[in-house]
Amino acid sequence: MADAPAQLKRYPGFGWITWLCLTLLYGPMLVIAVYSFNAIRSITVWGGFSLDWYVKAFTNPAIQSATFNSIFIAFSAATVSTVMAIAAALAMIRGPRFRGAETAFALINLPLMVPEIVSAVASLVFFLAIGLNLGLSTILLAHVVFCIPFAYMPIAARLEGIEGFYEEAARDLYANRWEAFRYVLLPMMLPGVLSGYILAFIISLDDFIITNMVAGPGSTTLPLAIYGMVRTGFTPEINAISTLMLCVSMLFVSGSYLVNRSGTKGQTS
Amino acid sequence: MAGAIGIGISGETGSPRNAIGRGRAMLLSPALLTILFFLVCPLGFVLVYSFLTSGTYGGIEWIFSTDAYVQFLFERDIFSQELLFSNAYLSIFGRSFLQALAATMACFAIGFPTAYFIATRPPSQRSAWVFLVTVPYWINLLIRTVSMLFIIRDEGPINYALIAIGIVDEPLRIAYTDFAVGLGLVYSYLPFMVLPIYAAVERFDFRLMEAAYDLYAGKWTILTRIILPITRPGIVAGALLVFIPSLGSFIAPDLLGGGKNLMIGNLIALQFQGSRNWPFGSAAAVILMTIVLVVLVIFARRQARQRV
Repeated sequence: MADAPAQLKRYPGFGWITWLCLTLLYGPMLVIAVYSFNAIRSITVWGGFSLDWYVKAFTNPAIQSATFNSIFIAFSAATVSTVMAIAAALAMIRGPRFRGAETAFALINLPLMVPEIVSAVASLVFFLAIGLNLGLSTILLAHVVFCIPFAYMPIAARLEGIEGFYEEAARDLYANRWEAFRYVLLPMMLPGVLSGYILAFIISLDDFIITNMVAGPGSTTLPLAIYGMVRTGFTPEINAISTLMLCVSMLFVSGSYLVNRSGTKGQTS
Repeated sequence: MAGAIGIGISGETGSPRNAIGRGRAMLLSPALLTILFFLVCPLGFVLVYSFLTSGTYGGIEWIFSTDAYVQFLFERDIFSQELLFSNAYLSIFGRSFLQALAATMACFAIGFPTAYFIATRPPSQRSAWVFLVTVPYWINLLIRTVSMLFIIRDEGPINYALIAIGIVDEPLRIAYTDFAVGLGLVYSYLPFMVLPIYAAVERFDFRLMEAAYDLYAGKWTILTRIILPITRPGIVAGALLVFIPSLGSFIAPDLLGGGKNLMIGNLIALQFQGSRNWPFGSAAAVILMTIVLVVLVIFARRQARQRV
C-alpha cells in the first residue's frame, strides 16, 4: 500500500492545516491554563506565577459541594452502567446470535443517537410526570442511561477479541458458570472493563446539558457551578477550576487509552 | 482479531436465528430496561406532550391540540383569532440549519487535509497523531467552550494582541456573533470530521495515485478525481457526525452567541426554563428528533445500497 513515493503523496499546505487544526483544538485550553497561574487578575500583564486562584477555588464552599456531588454521581453512574454493560456485552456477544439482536444493539446505542437537548427535556418531563423530586437521584438516573453505551463499547470490543475456548476449558475443569466468568473471563476482559468504566466516569463528570435540566435546587454539579459563574463574568477562579477539570479529563482519557492498548498487546490474536 | 471475526461470521450465517435464552435475557435486561424506561418512555412523553395544551402556569393540560405545531408557522392574532403567517420560529430553524452547514463545511476544509496528513505519516507515528485529535472529544465541552469565550471576548487575549500590534483601535467584536457560534461549533466537533476521513484515507491504495500520475494526472486532478471519490464514505460519515450534533447544539450558541443568536437547542431549552411552553418545546424537540432520524435513515440506506 505504501508503494507510492512519499513525495508523490505529499500535498503542500496539508501539514500547515494540520497544525492549524491542533492549534484550534488545544490553543484555547492552553491559554486558559496559563492564565490560571497568573498572580494578578489582569490578562494583559503577567504578575508572576501563583497558585492563589486554585486555593481560592478550593476553599469556596459552593465549589466544594459541587465537586463532591460531581464525583459522587460520576462514581455511582459509572459503577452501575459498567455492571449493566458487562452483563449486556456477555449476552450480546457470547453464544449464537439471537432474534432481536439488532434491536437490542440499537437500544444500547440509542442514547448516542438522540440529540442531548432532547434527552434532557424528555428526562425532565418524565421525572416530573412520575413524581420524582429533582435532585441528585434524578441526575444519577439520567447519567446511568447515557453512560451505558460508553461503557459498553470498549467492553464489547474486548470481549469480541477473547475466544470462547477459555471458558469452555474452565467448564471442562468443573468450574461452574460463575467461576468460569469470575476467574477466567473477567480477568481477561479487565482492560476493556476498566476502559469502559473510565469513559463512563468522565462522560458523567463532564455532562452539562442533561444535568442542567434534571438538577434540582441544591444539587449543583461542577459544570453547573462553572456555567453559573461564567454567566456573571470571568474570574481567574473559573480558569483555575477549568484547568483542573481539563487535566482530570486528559489524565483519564490517556489512562483509558493506555489500559486498552496494553490489553490488546497482551492478547494473542 | 481473526478469531473475533470468525465468531461473528459463524454467528451470523449459522443456524437460523434462535430465540434468546433465559440466562442471556436476564443479562441483557438491566441495560435495556433502563434505557427503555428512562429514555424511550420519556421520548414518548415528549411526543404526547407536543399534542397537548400549554398550562397557564407552565406544565400541560390534558386537552388535545395541534397548536404547538401550528405555532411554528403562524401567529394567532390576539383580537380576531386569525392565523397570520410568521417566520420567527422558522427562521431559528433556518439559522440552525445554516450554522450547522457552515460548521460542517469548515470542519471539512480543516479536517480533510488533517486526516490526509495523518494517514500519510509513517505507521508508527499515526496512532500518536490520532490520539492527539481524539483527546479533545473527551474533554468537557462546556469548559472547552468557556475557554474559547475567554480568548475571543472583547477584553480577551486575542483582542488585546490585535490592539497591541495596532491592527485595530477598538476591540474586534467576535464574541456574541454568528461567527463566534460557528467557530464554537467547528471547535466542538472537528475531531468527528477528522477520524472517519482518516480511517478512509488510511485504507486508500496509494498505488492508484501512482498509476494516475503515470497517466499524466496532476496532483489536483488526483485529489478531486480519485482520492475524494474513493474516501467519500468517510467524508459523508464525518459530515453527519458534525452536522447532527451541530444542529441540536446548545452550549456553543448559548455561551458564544450570548443568548441572542438562538438555535433549535436553545429554543427547546427556553420552553422548559424561561417562557415555559411545554407543548411548544416538545413539538420543537419532536421536529429536531425527526430531522435527525430522517438524515440517519437516508444515510443508513445509502450505506446498505453501496455494500450490495
